[in-house]
Amino acid sequence: MIVQFFVPNRLSEDATERASDWLIIIGAFAFILGVGSLIKTHGERLRRRHPDWPYSLLALAAFAGMSIVGVGWGIDPGKPAFWLFTNVYVPLDATMFSLLAFFVASAAYRTFRARTPEATVLLVAAVLIMLARVPLGAFIYEGLPDLAEQVLISPVTGAKRGIILGITLGVVATSLRIILGVERAYLGGE
Amino acid sequence: MEQRDAAQDGWLERLQRIDRRYIFILMAVAVIVPIVLGVRLPVGKPTRPVRLVYDKIDSLPAGSVVLMAYDFGPSSAPELAPMAVAILRHCFSRDIDVVAVSFYTAGPPLAQGVLDQVAKEFGKKYGENYVNLGYLPGMVPLLIRMSTDIPGTYKQDYTRTRMSELPLMSRVRSYDDIALVVDLASSDTPAIWITVVNARYQQEVAAGVTAVMAVDYYPYIQSRQLVGMLGGLKGAAEYESLVGRPDEATKRMPAQSFAHGLIILLVLLGNTAYVIARIRARRRA
Amino acid sequence: MRSESLGKERIIPEIPWDRVGVWIAALLTLCIYSFLYRDNVLYKIAEHLFVGVSLGWALCVTYHQAILPKMVYPVFMPARVDLARPDFVVAVPVLIGLLWFARFIPGVGWLTRVPIAAVVGYGSGVGATAAIHGNLLPQLRATLLPVVARSDSGAFDLWLSIGNAVLIVGVICVLAYFYFSREHRGVLGGMSRVGIYFLMLAFGAGFGYTVMARISLLIGRIDFLWLDWLRPLFY
Repeated sequence: MIVQFFVPNRLSEDATERASDWLIIIGAFAFILGVGSLIKTHGERLRRRHPDWPYSLLALAAFAGMSIVGVGWGIDPGKPAFWLFTNVYVPLDATMFSLLAFFVASAAYRTFRARTPEATVLLVAAVLIMLARVPLGAFIYEGLPDLAEQVLISPVTGAKRGIILGITLGVVATSLRIILGVERAYLGGE
Repeated sequence: MEQRDAAQDGWLERLQRIDRRYIFILMAVAVIVPIVLGVRLPVGKPTRPVRLVYDKIDSLPAGSVVLMAYDFGPSSAPELAPMAVAILRHCFSRDIDVVAVSFYTAGPPLAQGVLDQVAKEFGKKYGENYVNLGYLPGMVPLLIRMSTDIPGTYKQDYTRTRMSELPLMSRVRSYDDIALVVDLASSDTPAIWITVVNARYQQEVAAGVTAVMAVDYYPYIQSRQLVGMLGGLKGAAEYESLVGRPDEATKRMPAQSFAHGLIILLVLLGNTAYVIARIRARRRA
Repeated sequence: MRSESLGKERIIPEIPWDRVGVWIAALLTLCIYSFLYRDNVLYKIAEHLFVGVSLGWALCVTYHQAILPKMVYPVFMPARVDLARPDFVVAVPVLIGLLWFARFIPGVGWLTRVPIAAVVGYGSGVGATAAIHGNLLPQLRATLLPVVARSDSGAFDLWLSIGNAVLIVGVICVLAYFYFSREHRGVLGGMSRVGIYFLMLAFGAGFGYTVMARISLLIGRIDFLWLDWLRPLFY
């Protein structure tokens, strides 16, 4: 793929198209492997009569039910699987993550302390953004949203760019190590 | 004197360690009250990253095609679905056609819901003005494959219709036929669009991201690798105000204000109790 | 809905699936929120239901969107995917993909490395060039900003100059902080301390945005509970 990037030739592009198509198909199988892993984990819990085995049975039953309905009848709007998606999957997924709002509030009160100068800077930046990104901020001080934007544009962008550059150098180094065969942990610990 | 100090310290200590369920109740009240009472607040001036996206779409001629990637699931829909609706309203009002893709398995049905809802408002037809290509695994090989043959890559759309039966797909072969990519994302997919598609094929990319990730993309806006960005519910509300249709995001901003105000008060209260406790401890020492 | 039985019409009441769905969604939402009081059976039921349903949905989507149109139809029903004739070359990636399951067969488990190597190799090749051309070079280029900046009219712009200078200093100092090959003393130590403050600003901004995101999700759910579930009962 590295060589292909520098060779804008019809043959090179055809080879890339074919390779990309094949990777899409290979990727689909990787997902199926993940499904097998779930079935194995919960199946083990059932077999060993783990204290939470009824929940594992529920998880497997829900998986089987959704799979049969979806594979058998399709997933288009109007189909039973779409109804299950809208009325079971969506509320569960959305609500699970919305719990974090409560925990963020609790954490902000109990642990967010200006113990050091660095922590104080973090706290001030967080409060500035929280105020500026809602109408309340402009109500308190008209120029607050613009001030927050200036903080984001220069110092925060500079810091984030430093992080991006550091990560990018790491990605390049790791990619080269894998390509050159120095890094082989992904093959299973050899 | 010592007993009084101990009592006050105990009070401060209890204040700092209050049962978190009381905080949960306060948070619930802060969100429920403005929603139930239907409180309305002005959104404020749109910020520059949002304006850049709006201006870009506004500059596209009628008949252009925008590719919208719905890279999110139900857990991020409260932030990103309003963005999708506002951007679709803008596109359809300017007779810009839309092709939707998704790299999340939960993305296609969310995309279909939003597309159908807005298309109905503008009398747009599925297959002619908008298409939902659905989901395929393997984002990077897919993005590279789409550079030469989008219909050949997907073969069928989300409703299992062949590409030959979708008139819009006869004029969308590759990135050359796409004026703008808008990635609505709850993870780092915009970075992949930028580093793979924008860098290799010079395709312009805009992003709508959850607030969690908004800060991460400012460097890309400054470097002009991103045309612009909508960040979180505020970004969605700003875009709604630009499009002239205040909707879900705008209605939710008052609740957002109240909740933020509560969190700031809690932070200040917690830090005040902490500072007082420290001063007392130092005095006694 | 009517059905005919022995010549007589029997009226079967239409089930309002939309309302049933809303009630199910609302009850499941409340089951999850019950966790805020304490961990309980209702929450565990909802949690495991979510695990099963989400994976089942993902399997359905993969089947209908990837397996059928990319693997099955090209070989057995090419007309359904606008192919003039069967594409048997698809068998090659399918066989490679099937090797993922070789790990379950004793003696040939090592064959799993073939698809892993394909995926990792492809990703590394694309990743290396994407990282350099998509991240490193453009981001470095965008950091080369004039410290004496001029506005569009050509006049000296103080705020733009200060902004550019702050950005450049921020990038350099943050990179200095992440340089661990030398002890942070002297000039490097000073730059590193400045870098820490820039990072705290960035993390603070990130935390503020994170709070905003989480609250938006909660607002979305409360919106649903009030507007879609409770309000129709009263109005």
